[in-house]
Amino acid sequence: MTGRRIGLIQNSKFLLVRSSMTADLNSYLFVGAVLFVCGVVCMATKRNGIGVLMGVELVLNGANVNFVAFSRYTDLGLDGQVFSLFVIVLAAAEAAVALAIALNFYNNHLTIDVDRANKLKG
Amino acid sequence: MNGESFLFTVFALATCLGAIAVVFSQTVVRMAFWLVISLGSTAALFFLANADFVGAAQLLIYVGGTLVLLVFGVMLTASGPYLKIATSPGEIVMGSCVGLLFLVVVYASLNGVNWRKSPAAATENSNPVVATGKTLRPIGLSFLGSRPDQDLTSDGDTLTPGYLLPFEIVSVHLLVVLIGAAYLARAKRRAGE
Repeated sequence: MTGRRIGLIQNSKFLLVRSSMTADLNSYLFVGAVLFVCGVVCMATKRNGIGVLMGVELVLNGANVNFVAFSRYTDLGLDGQVFSLFVIVLAAAEAAVALAIALNFYNNHLTIDVDRANKLKG
Repeated sequence: MNGESFLFTVFALATCLGAIAVVFSQTVVRMAFWLVISLGSTAALFFLANADFVGAAQLLIYVGGTLVLLVFGVMLTASGPYLKIATSPGEIVMGSCVGLLFLVVVYASLNGVNWRKSPAAATENSNPVVATGKTLRPIGLSFLGSRPDQDLTSDGDTLTPGYLLPFEIVSVHLLVVLIGAAYLARAKRRAGE
C-alpha cells in the first residue's frame, strides 16, 4: 500500500515536471495527441457538416505535428517534412471535394445537418 | 526556461486551447476562428522545429487556402430553415469524457515507447540538414528525385531515394480533384423550386 502511494507521489511529481513543457519529442507528440483527440471528438459530436470537416483538418494537423517532430528529434531526417507536405496538399484536396459535396447536399436538402442525411438508410 | 522552451509553451498552449475551443464552440464561424488560431500556432511550432518550408506551406495552404474555402462554405450554407444546429449538452459531456479517456490512453502509450533506436543515437539533430533549418533546397531536390542530404552509397536502411513519382501523382490528383469539385459544386436549381 505504501509502495503504491509512493508510486503515485512519484507519478504526480513526474506530471508536475512534465507540466512545465520543454521542447522535446514527447512534448510535440503530446500536442499532436491533443489535436488528434480534439479532431475525433469534433467529428463525432458536431452535427454541422462543415464542423465535421474542421474535425478532419484537426486530425490531419495532429499527424503533421508528429511527422515534423520525428523529423527534428529522431534520425528520420528530411523524409518527415516531405510526408507532412504531402499531407497538407492532400488535406487541401480533401477539403475542396468535401465542401463540394456539402454544397450539393445543401442544394438538395436545404440544410447541412448530417443527421438529416438518411436517404440511404435501409 | 530558455527562449525556445518559452515559445514552445506559448504556441503549444495556443494550439491545444484552440483545438479544444473548436470542439466546444457552437456556431460555425467561431469554430473557424479558433481553427485559424490553432493552425497558425501549429505553423509556429513547425518553425520552432526547424521545418521552415513546412511552416510556410502550412500558413499559405491551410490558413490562406483551406480556411477561406471553409468560410465560403459557411457563407453559402448558413441560410435556411434549419439554421440552428446545436449539439445537445449530454452529447457534449459524453464526448468530452470519451475524448479525455482517449487522450489518457494515447499519452500513456506514447510515453511507453522508446522512440530512439539506440542510446548512442540519442543526440538530437543527427541529420545536419534538419539541424540548420535550411530545408528549402533539399526538399525541392528530393521532390525532383535526388537526395543531397543522405549518403545513399552506403548500404544503410534509408528510405526511398527521392519523391519524384509521388510528387507527380499528387499533382495530377490535385488537378483531378479540383476539376471534380468544380463540377460537383456547379450551380443547379434547388430541390424546392
